Amino acid sequence: MTVRIDRTRCIGSGQCVLAAPDVFDQSDDDGLGFVMIAEPPADLLPGVRDAVDRCPAQAVGLEE
Amino acid sequence: MTEAAVCPVLHERDHPLHGPTGFAEAVSDGPVKMLWPNGVEAWVVSSYAGARQVLSDPRFVTRKGGHPEMRTDSGEPVLDADQPGNINAIDGEAHLRLRRPLSRGFMVKRMNALRPRIQQIVDEHLDVMEAKGAPADLVTSLCLPLPSLVIAELLGVPPEHQELFQVTATDIFGKNGSKDEYVAHATKLADVLAPIVAGKKDAGTNDDLIGLMVNDTDFSMDELIFLCIGLLAAGHETTSNFLGLFTLHLFEQPEQRAILQGDPARADVMVEELMRYTVGHLGGAGLTRRATADVEVDGVLIKAGDWVSVSLLANLDEELCPRAAELDLDRETVSHLGFGFGPHQCLGANLARAELQIGLRTLFTRFPNVRPAVPVTQMSYRTDMITYGAASIPVEW
Repeated sequence: MTVRIDRTRCIGSGQCVLAAPDVFDQSDDDGLGFVMIAEPPADLLPGVRDAVDRCPAQAVGLEE
Repeated sequence: MTEAAVCPVLHERDHPLHGPTGFAEAVSDGPVKMLWPNGVEAWVVSSYAGARQVLSDPRFVTRKGGHPEMRTDSGEPVLDADQPGNINAIDGEAHLRLRRPLSRGFMVKRMNALRPRIQQIVDEHLDVMEAKGAPADLVTSLCLPLPSLVIAELLGVPPEHQELFQVTATDIFGKNGSKDEYVAHATKLADVLAPIVAGKKDAGTNDDLIGLMVNDTDFSMDELIFLCIGLLAAGHETTSNFLGLFTLHLFEQPEQRAILQGDPARADVMVEELMRYTVGHLGGAGLTRRATADVEVDGVLIKAGDWVSVSLLANLDEELCPRAAELDLDRETVSHLGFGFGPHQCLGANLARAELQIGLRTLFTRFPNVRPAVPVTQMSYRTDMITYGAASIPVEW
């Protein structure tokens, strides 16, 4: 399972950071989201799925 | 072509905390074409899936190009189609160019860093309210000054302008204003903002939002001033209304209030549920878009050029969560549309969250017996604004 953020879509809303703060953060340089743990352990996956659902720009992906 | 149903009068409500009378019933069977009081016909989309689809599909645009506005009674646009910096009426890459630098100013970590200051402002205002004694008006004691002070500090405008900003923000959100009135209000703000912006340019600093926009972006001066006006106006009105409405819902639902008071540390999750519920129940006409291609939504073909109004009644769709019409503060956070969805989702959402969480938690822990001094249904509500809320909330404790 690999987590990705499509930076061409990201608007920097930070919803992923709220949904899964251990997996996502926002860059100080441009505010856009980035992935801290690309292959998160199982216990973090519910938060990641929540981030996929909540991202207003539909920029977060989880490839199974 | 199907005859458009006439839209119910949007400011008539059976209960001040419920949506416009007859509206939910009128739109419950999927996209319905409605005739607005100003003569515009628009599809109302109110399902959860349909709302997400319209708000995130780039074929539905916010740029209306001089066409009539749905949200003014006259139907006349108050803004020029090409108003520089109008972030709410621009799409695609041109929108991202404005949006992304602003998002940086509202990053989650920046908002979290503001929390101690927000707490301090809340504490100081509740100190004053307590010292003056009951009854007090919660709107002027807390709901309005809190977001007003915070947005001014975040932008980096000196506190002496705060009153002017507060009054003018209210004027700008008045929905019946003509274009001339709107321009007059906006000019008043622009005249104050211009020297502040120029000062930050000379100083070269980027430690507040205006500084960041002036010195870290390619925004033109016209764009910058208009964006500042938008941020000030939005920052004053919306959070203030919601802090009041959340409190009123909790007054009306003591069993839910007990859940907050029993576990105030969970206020962050509860604010999401209050946002979902409150926005859903206000749920009249919502966010307007225009189709640029034929697109099927909820089984209905919306044609290129058609208007679409996304009603946030969608927050009460059972597809989103079970018992969606009920407030349940034990609920885990769901992907509600209280801050919108898609690239235009509320820019200040993370700031609003921090203010609402801290404001609500502090009010109900510090004044465990806070209660309305007059019945909630007899308070006065502002029906003359684009935003909706209580004009005053008399409380005792």
